[in-house]
Amino acid sequence: MPGADKETDLSERIESFLSELKRCGSGAGSLRGSAETARETSALLRRITAQARWSNAGELMEIIRKEGRRMTAAQPSETTVGNMVRRVLKIIREEYARSRGSSEETDQQESLHKLLTSGGSSEDNFRQHFPHLKANVIEAINELLTELEGTTDNISMQALEHIHSNEVIMTIGRSRTVEAFLKDAARKRKFHVIVAECAPFCQGHEMATILSKEDIETTVIPDAAIFAVMSRVNKVIIGTQTVLANGGLRALNGTHTLALAAKHHSTPLIVCAPMFKLSPQFPNEEDTFHKFVSPHEVLPFTEGEILSKVNAHCPVFDYVPPELITLFISNIGGNAPSYIYRLMSELYHPEDHEL
Amino acid sequence: MADSDGRQIDSINHAADGDGKGHGIVRAKTEGKELTKEEKQRLRKEKKQHKKNKKDDKVPTEKEKEKEKPSVQAPSKPVTQSPTHKAAPVPVSASASESLAAAEKPVKTKAELRAERRARQDSERTSKQGKKEGGQQSTTSKPKASPSELQPVVKRLPEHVQVDDPAALKKLAKKLERQQKSGQGCGLNITGVKVPLRSDYGYKVSLFSHLHQYSRKNPPTQQISIPATVIHPSVVRLGLQYSQGIIAGSNARSVALLHAFKQVIQDYSTPPNEELSRDLVNKLSPYISFLSQCRPLSASMGNAIKYIKKEISNIPSQCKEEEAKGKLQECIDSYVNEKIILASEAISKYAIEKISNGDVILVYGCSSLVNHILCDAFEKQRKFRVIVVDSRPRLEGREALRRLVKKGIRCTYVLISALSYILPEVSKVFLGAHALLANGYVMSRVGTSQIALVAKAYNVPVLVCCETYKFCERVQTDSFVSNELDDPDDLIVTRNGKTHLENWQTVKSLGLLNLVYDVTPPDFVDLVITDLGMIPCTSVPVVLRVKNVDQ
Repeated sequence: MPGADKETDLSERIESFLSELKRCGSGAGSLRGSAETARETSALLRRITAQARWSNAGELMEIIRKEGRRMTAAQPSETTVGNMVRRVLKIIREEYARSRGSSEETDQQESLHKLLTSGGSSEDNFRQHFPHLKANVIEAINELLTELEGTTDNISMQALEHIHSNEVIMTIGRSRTVEAFLKDAARKRKFHVIVAECAPFCQGHEMATILSKEDIETTVIPDAAIFAVMSRVNKVIIGTQTVLANGGLRALNGTHTLALAAKHHSTPLIVCAPMFKLSPQFPNEEDTFHKFVSPHEVLPFTEGEILSKVNAHCPVFDYVPPELITLFISNIGGNAPSYIYRLMSELYHPEDHEL
Repeated sequence: MADSDGRQIDSINHAADGDGKGHGIVRAKTEGKELTKEEKQRLRKEKKQHKKNKKDDKVPTEKEKEKEKPSVQAPSKPVTQSPTHKAAPVPVSASASESLAAAEKPVKTKAELRAERRARQDSERTSKQGKKEGGQQSTTSKPKASPSELQPVVKRLPEHVQVDDPAALKKLAKKLERQQKSGQGCGLNITGVKVPLRSDYGYKVSLFSHLHQYSRKNPPTQQISIPATVIHPSVVRLGLQYSQGIIAGSNARSVALLHAFKQVIQDYSTPPNEELSRDLVNKLSPYISFLSQCRPLSASMGNAIKYIKKEISNIPSQCKEEEAKGKLQECIDSYVNEKIILASEAISKYAIEKISNGDVILVYGCSSLVNHILCDAFEKQRKFRVIVVDSRPRLEGREALRRLVKKGIRCTYVLISALSYILPEVSKVFLGAHALLANGYVMSRVGTSQIALVAKAYNVPVLVCCETYKFCERVQTDSFVSNELDDPDDLIVTRNGKTHLENWQTVKSLGLLNLVYDVTPPDFVDLVITDLGMIPCTSVPVVLRVKNVDQ
C-alpha cells in the first residue's frame, strides 16, 4: 500500500541519517562539512513534512520536534541539525500565523504590557486545519534550502572588503568557509597566509596544501609557534563549529589560545560563520559543551609502560568568549558579537530553544 | 660567545676599517689600558699585513675604493651606544670585498700601500675623535674609564643570524678555511680537510631568510674525510650528537661540551715554540666553529666557552704542561659542579617552598631542572599532581612524562592546543628556560610564551627556573631576529593513511616553519627562581653586573 510504503521509506531514511550522524562523530571536523549536514537535515525535514501523516500544524510540530530530539541525541556536538529543526519549526509557526490571517506577532515576549494583558499565547494551539499549510511549509523549506546553497558564496563575496594586499593572515585548522573566503580574495589580491596545524588532527596541513595550490603564499606552523609569529600577523580569520547565543564560539581546540594571542597584539579576529551555525545554546552547560575523542593520537599505544598510569585528554572544542572577537562575517553581512542575540531572535522562536 | 670567535676577524677589521670601531672593542675589553693596546694593535696589523703581502696580490684601485668606503661610512656611523649592528656590516663588507679582491692583479710596493693606509686611518681617526667629543657616549674619548662604569658592550653580530648577507657567508667560509690552516701546525700536509660549511635545506619562509635551516639527513660530517686531524674525534662525535638531536636541552649540551673539552685538553700537547695558554685557545677555535655549524651555540654553551678560554689564558707561562692540564681539568669539573649541579640543588630548595600540598602543577616540554625540582618535592612528601603539556613536532614532553611517572608522581598529559581546556584546573605553572636575556625576556622552547600568555589570562602564577650561568647579555624583543630553524620535514605527519604535506617541496608557495625558540615578555612571568634566590624577571641585569664584578 502506498501509504505504508511511504512511511517505511521515510523511517528508513531517518534511520540512515541518524546512523550517519553517529558515525561521523569521531575525530573533529566531520567527514562532511556543516553546510552539507544542514542541507541534508532540511531535505529530510521537508520529506517528513511531505510524507508523514498530520492534520494540523500542532501535530506537525510534534512530529518534527520528536525527530529533532532523536537527531540531536545521535550527535550532540553537531549543532547544525538542531538549528535546522528550530528553523523549520519557526517556519511552521509563521505559515500558520499567515494562514490564520493574524497580524505578524513577531515579538511575542517583548513588552511587559503584553505579558500582563495577553495572559500568555496559549490560546494559540495550532489546532486549526488549513488545507494549504503543507504546500506553504514545503515552499518555505525550499527557500531555506536555496539560502543554504548560497551561504558560502555570500560570505566569500565579502572577502575583498576585508583583505588588503600584502597582508599576513593567520588561520587555524581547516574551515571550508575560510577556504572559500581566502580563495576569493586571492583572485584579486596578493597576501600571505600562515596556517596553524592544530594538533593532533593536523587539518591545517590539508588547508595549507589547498591554499598553496591556488598560488597563495602559505606557511604551516606548529601550534606552539602561534604566539611567536603573531606579532607579524595583520589579521586572524577563523571558522567555527558553532556560534553561541552570547556571541561566543565553540571552535577547534587551540582557538582560544589564538584569540588571546591576537588580543595581546591587538590584531583583529574575524570569524566567518554562516547563519545556520548560530545556536541558542549558552556555554555554561559544562557537561554538554566539551567533546572528547580517543587520546591515542595524543599518547599512542606505543608508549605502553606509562599509558596505564597517565591520564591523557583529547578535547575537540574550545570556548572563545565574545570579548576576544572583533567581527562576525555571515551570509547576511558583517556583525559585531554583541548583535548576535538579535539575529537569534529573528531566526528562532523562544519556545523552540529547548527542543 | 661571538666575541671569542670573532677575535681573528677583529684583527683583520682593524686593518681594513677605521680605528674608531677598533678602539671601541678594545676599550670594551680593557678599560684604561688603551695606549699599550694601540701599540699591540699596530703590531698585529703589521703581522697581518705581512701575511697578506705574502700572497702577493693586491689591487691598488680596489684597495682605494675600499678605503673610500670606510671613510665615507665612518662619519655616517652613529656615535651612540648602538653602533654594533650598523658597524658590523660595514667591516664585513669591507673585508669581504678585500678578500674578494685578493685574487687579482699586481701591486704597488707594500711599503707605499702601508703608508697610504696608515695616513688614511690617521685622518679617519682624527675626524672620528672630533665627532666623538661631542657624542653622547663619551667612553671612547675619556682616557681612563672608571671600573665601576658600565662596559660599552660592543658585540659582533653572530654569523648564524646573517645568512641573508652573502658577504657574511663568504667571510665565514674564509674563516673556516683559515682555521684549518692555522691548526695545521708545522709540516703536516692536510689538503682539502677543513671545517665544513653546511648548506641550507629547503624553502625558507621569507621572514626567516636570515637564519640557517639545515636538514637532519645531511649531517655536517659528510664532508669531513678520515683522518680529520684538525678536529678532535670527541668533538666530531659531539657535533653529530647535536645535529641529530641526540643531546638536547641546554644543560645537557653544556655538560657534554665541557666533557669533550676535557678530553681535548687531556690529549693536547704543546708544540715546541708555543705557549700553552695561547696555543690551546687557538686550537679550540676550529672546534667551536665546527660545533656551531652542527647546531648554533646556546647561551649556556657560550658562557661555558668564555669561562674556559679565560681560564686557559690565565695559566701562568712558567707552569709545566702536566700541571696546567690538571688545573684546567679541575676548573672544568668545578664549573660543572658549581654552576649546574649545586645550582640545581639550591634552586630546588627554593622552589619547594612554592609547592604546597594539593597543588596542580603544569609543566611544558622537558626541562631537566624542573623535573629535578618535582622529583625532589615528591621525595620530601609533598602531595601534588602534574600536568605535562607537550607540542609537536619535538614531543619532548613524553620524556618528562616517563621520568615523572617512574618516580611515582600522578600525571596528566595533553597537547598544547588543549591548554585552555586544562588550565582552569591548574594552580601553578613551572617553566624552564634556555637563557634569560638582559632586558628581562625569557628565551625558551617555542610554546613557552603561549603557556605564559594563557596562564596570565586565567590568573595562574608562572614561575621560571633558571641557573645563573644561563644569563646572557643579549637583548631581544621578538622571536624573529635571533632564533633557530629546525628541520622542516619534522612537521610532516601521516594520519589516517594520508600525508598531506609529503611533497611540500614541489609546491612553490608552500613553506614549513619549525621554530625552536621563542621569547616570553617579562610581564607574563611572576617569579624567576635562580641559585642566587628568587628574583623578578627584570633583575637579570643586576645579577649579570654582580657576576661581572665578582669575576
